[in-house]
Amino acid sequence: MIELENMAYSYGGGELLSGISLKLAPGSFHFLTGPSGAGKTTFLRLCYGDLTATSGTVRLFGRDVRDLTRDQIALLRRKIGTVHQDCQFLDHLPLYENIALPLTVSGHSEWTDEANLKELMQWVGLGSRARALPPELSGGERQRAALARAIIMSPDVILADEPTGNVDWEMSQRLLTLLVELNRLGKTVVIATHDLALIRAAKSQVQARVLRIANRKLQLAGADL
Amino acid sequence: MKALKTALALLVGDAQSDRVVPPTGHTVRLTLFSAGAMAFLAVFALALSMATGRLASLWGDELARSSTIRISAPEAQVADQTAAALKVLETTPGVASARALTTEEQQQLLEPWFGNGLSLDGLPVPQLIEVVEKGDGFDAEGLRLRLQAEVPGATLDDHTRWRRPLVKAARSLRLLGALSLILIGGTMAAMITLAATAALAANSQVIRVLRLVGAQDSYIAGAFVRRFTLRALIGGAAGTAVGMIAVALLPSAQPEGGFLTGLGFEGWHWLWPLLIPPLGAVVAFVATREAAMRTLRGLR
Ligand SMILES: Nc1ncnc2c1ncn2[C@@H]1O[C@H](COP(=O)(O)OP(=O)(O)O)[C@@H](O)[C@H]1O
Ligand SMILES: [Mg+2]
Repeated sequence: MIELENMAYSYGGGELLSGISLKLAPGSFHFLTGPSGAGKTTFLRLCYGDLTATSGTVRLFGRDVRDLTRDQIALLRRKIGTVHQDCQFLDHLPLYENIALPLTVSGHSEWTDEANLKELMQWVGLGSRARALPPELSGGERQRAALARAIIMSPDVILADEPTGNVDWEMSQRLLTLLVELNRLGKTVVIATHDLALIRAAKSQVQARVLRIANRKLQLAGADL
Repeated sequence: MKALKTALALLVGDAQSDRVVPPTGHTVRLTLFSAGAMAFLAVFALALSMATGRLASLWGDELARSSTIRISAPEAQVADQTAAALKVLETTPGVASARALTTEEQQQLLEPWFGNGLSLDGLPVPQLIEVVEKGDGFDAEGLRLRLQAEVPGATLDDHTRWRRPLVKAARSLRLLGALSLILIGGTMAAMITLAATAALAANSQVIRVLRLVGAQDSYIAGAFVRRFTLRALIGGAAGTAVGMIAVALLPSAQPEGGFLTGLGFEGWHWLWPLLIPPLGAVVAFVATREAAMRTLRGLR
């Protein structure tokens, strides 16, 4: 579903990623780690067509991103659920409308009323916060809302960028459990995180591969975790 | 047909989609006001252009195509000179026909002044010859010179001489009115483009979020297009209504047909200004869509 082939990415400040090849198998569970500034966010943005590789290829569902128009990328994004590091909500809309946004923009606004979203909101523990505006939420609530929005289109892949970034340990465990549950339902999951404790905690719950970005390269992390 | 369908789909949209872009009170008011003011001006430009058009065709038809030759001569020579003048006219290019008026017709012409029952016999009334032009008309100066040489008692009374510039002025005024309408439309397009571009720039973060959740360009553009089209329609309707009332309150046309008193719409022509709000909406639709597509191409 997402395939990278000898991909490199550079920007004005120099090369950030180079020679990266990876094939995400359906139903797999990956952690992507590395120090802050290593390029985890950049890597994920390349995976959902928000950035274009400077060389090599990125294929989404078999199609080279370079050959896709903006509108075609938009269609593919409906099949890739993303949790952004900074959540990316529309601050003037109540939470349930933000969570339903992927439905709204894809022409399914008939399913977006509050009642239809109840179950999903309860699953992420936000049942009582439906009408709150995003700026009124705590960090953990925003992260869970972002996860709910990422899965509302029932995507095949979920790319989560620091989904436990600014929440306490207990909350990060809950979020991890939600992602593991989704993986059990057959979703491919990639979690970018610099939190090694989270990765260790996950080991008992799921068969996960741990990738590390170091010196611009992608490596399979070993038993040192 | 397909374009119309997409346009309609774009316009209808749905309530939820319109909420994705936060409302901004400031641009709403400015756009409504501009659309209203432009529509108001358009009503006047339209009224001017129609009134002058009417005037031009009135003057043109009623008067322009005939002139008169007056023959004042001692009674014994009138018949000869009339025949001579008709002969000259026969060979004058631009003259369709020429005819000496009968005594009865002349009498009728004088009736408003002298009452009926007047006998022209014995009165030194000049003989009148009606000349009907064709094409671009005749060369009045040339004809006058020829008549001077061959028919000493003839005077060419050329209405067209003073009428032509008037008709021409009326036509140019109508043209100016039409030009004003085009300029008003252009100004409206420019203002909407500026307002839409500003709104798009102010909402770049919203656009980014919409892109991230899989919104296509036409969806994002549509949210803006609907707004501006609707505002142009509402503002335009208000401006048109006020403009039409103002035109209706102008002094009504007098039968003598002064230019200033005739500025207004007549009969079914009152329907014309009703086209202004929908046309304004079309202008807003196109302008916003262009602005949105241009902005979206530029933003990643
Ligand atoms: N297009 C770009 N322009 C400028 N700097 C960039 C660009 N892309 C990435 N960077 C820089 O590359 C580094 C890696 O960023 P990021 O992918 O966010 O790392 P991580 O998520 O691992 O912390 C950062 O220092 C960031 O500022
Ligand atoms: Mg990051």
